[in-house]
Amino acid sequence: MLDELRELYQEVILDHGKNPRNYRDLPDANYHAHGNNPLCGDKIVVYLKLDDDKVILDCSFEGRGCAISQASASMMTEILIGKKMQDAQALFDSFHAMCTDENYDPAQYPNADEDALDRLQVMAGVREFPMRVKCATLAWHTMQAAVHGDSTASTE
Amino acid sequence: MNDLSNRPIAFDVAKARADFPILSKEIYGKPLVFLDSGASAQKPQAVIDAMTYVMREEYANVHRGVHYLSQHTTMAYEAVRGKIAAHINASDENEVVFTRGATEAINLVAASWGRKNLQEGDEIIVSEMEHHSNIVPWQMLRDELGIVLKVAPIDDDGNFLLDAFETLLSDRTKLVAITHVSNVLGTVVPIKEVAALAHARGALMLVDGCQGIVHMQIDVQDLDVDFYAFSGHKLYGPTAFGVLYGKKDVLADMPPYQGGGDMIASVSFEKTIYAEPPHRFEAGTPPIIEAIGFGAALDYVNGWGMDQIIAHEEDVHRYAQDRLKQLPGITVYGNAPDKQGIVSFLVDGIHAHDVGTIVDRCGVAVRVGHHCAEPLMQRFGVEAMARASFGMYNTKEDVDALLEAVKTAQEFFG
Repeated sequence: MLDELRELYQEVILDHGKNPRNYRDLPDANYHAHGNNPLCGDKIVVYLKLDDDKVILDCSFEGRGCAISQASASMMTEILIGKKMQDAQALFDSFHAMCTDENYDPAQYPNADEDALDRLQVMAGVREFPMRVKCATLAWHTMQAAVHGDSTASTE
Repeated sequence: MNDLSNRPIAFDVAKARADFPILSKEIYGKPLVFLDSGASAQKPQAVIDAMTYVMREEYANVHRGVHYLSQHTTMAYEAVRGKIAAHINASDENEVVFTRGATEAINLVAASWGRKNLQEGDEIIVSEMEHHSNIVPWQMLRDELGIVLKVAPIDDDGNFLLDAFETLLSDRTKLVAITHVSNVLGTVVPIKEVAALAHARGALMLVDGCQGIVHMQIDVQDLDVDFYAFSGHKLYGPTAFGVLYGKKDVLADMPPYQGGGDMIASVSFEKTIYAEPPHRFEAGTPPIIEAIGFGAALDYVNGWGMDQIIAHEEDVHRYAQDRLKQLPGITVYGNAPDKQGIVSFLVDGIHAHDVGTIVDRCGVAVRVGHHCAEPLMQRFGVEAMARASFGMYNTKEDVDALLEAVKTAQEFFG
């Protein structure tokens, strides 16, 4: 019983949840969106600063939510800074499958950065907790909405 | 109102638990501890049997046939109206309107009574601790008609502030719509006093009785309310069945809510004459099986006696309230002296959803989230709470299991 919980609440997640990185406003952001998980009441804002080549120069977030959603947002910002937007998208596709698909095979996502996926592997425990998948993916959905010009992302 | 002669002397929770098949289930290899009856209660075998029986032996549509099955189903179905009237002490069973739940009951009042009787500038008073189902229908009406929605406050312990409420009443107040028992804080609102104040200003009184019907002995005549709405599934009956109690003269003056079959006296293409209440408000084939199931649920609880069930729940609830408050690092929301059946709380430093997940894996089912009461969450400055809610089958051992599970969550996040 507790093994799966330990798998879900790994030290890395608890650490990011308690001390989220890049938890700040980004006044010169050129993209931002509000993310909303109505079932849980999680509410976050994701900010992105992209240059003309769509390279993510800076990424931050604010808002409140459970340990999983806070940790996921925190890790996402760390991972995305310095990446190209198209790499961020490839990474999200692979990460989303990791969180939802029992037969997830990273080889099906050759464009996703392997080092980043290794780091995100700590979130894979949510697969055993279907109600919590949305917590893990909220920040990523919000990032995507921001870049696509949507003002809000909802997991519902 | 209930027959006192042939029921057990004392409530026997072990015996009651044995009547609920699902309680013998194991969850993640642990005995189920179900503390989410406030969302929906489990069903006793008597309800399961009654519904199965109708479908196997006595099923046909109601009010329509002269054939054997239709007559039998109609009689069984209509008998439930009398049982409900007796249970809430309505003066007439025609004051009992069948709906799909409390939400539909409130929407019925908003659409029918509201549209007919409200004009721009008229006022409706709700409280800060309403469920969304007793907020949104009035907001929709506000946006449609230009009425004003006023909010009666509570204090930090969750007490309904009767004096503050009284100051909100005006000559424009047409309706007071307030919960009997808060689904988050457990607060019991002094409905009888509220209704008297509302009536003194010429306003009607609607009560959201979803939790009240479970944890209190309801006497609509003594409370002197105009509407009392509740769902069947929180009182051990099936989903998709609920009740709108309405005073006879109030219902008589209300137009239909939906049009269709079963709500008419006669129809021609030139003119339709509507049926009298309650059928005027029951268009279409009703939830027949569910109504009969709810009748069985009422028989079941009255077999024990509501007073016995309430006394038992009170005992478990007090134990939970006291023990949770004694745990370090716990904040209990809702500390009104008069509260029932529900304990909401947060664990310091742990989001309610993380608490919910960990507690669940310990075999304990609690609800986490905003409990369809977002304005109340805002009132307390939180996004979510964890809520333990109690039914007739819960025990102090269930509460102990919750406390252990909460400690496990604290260890995880320690």
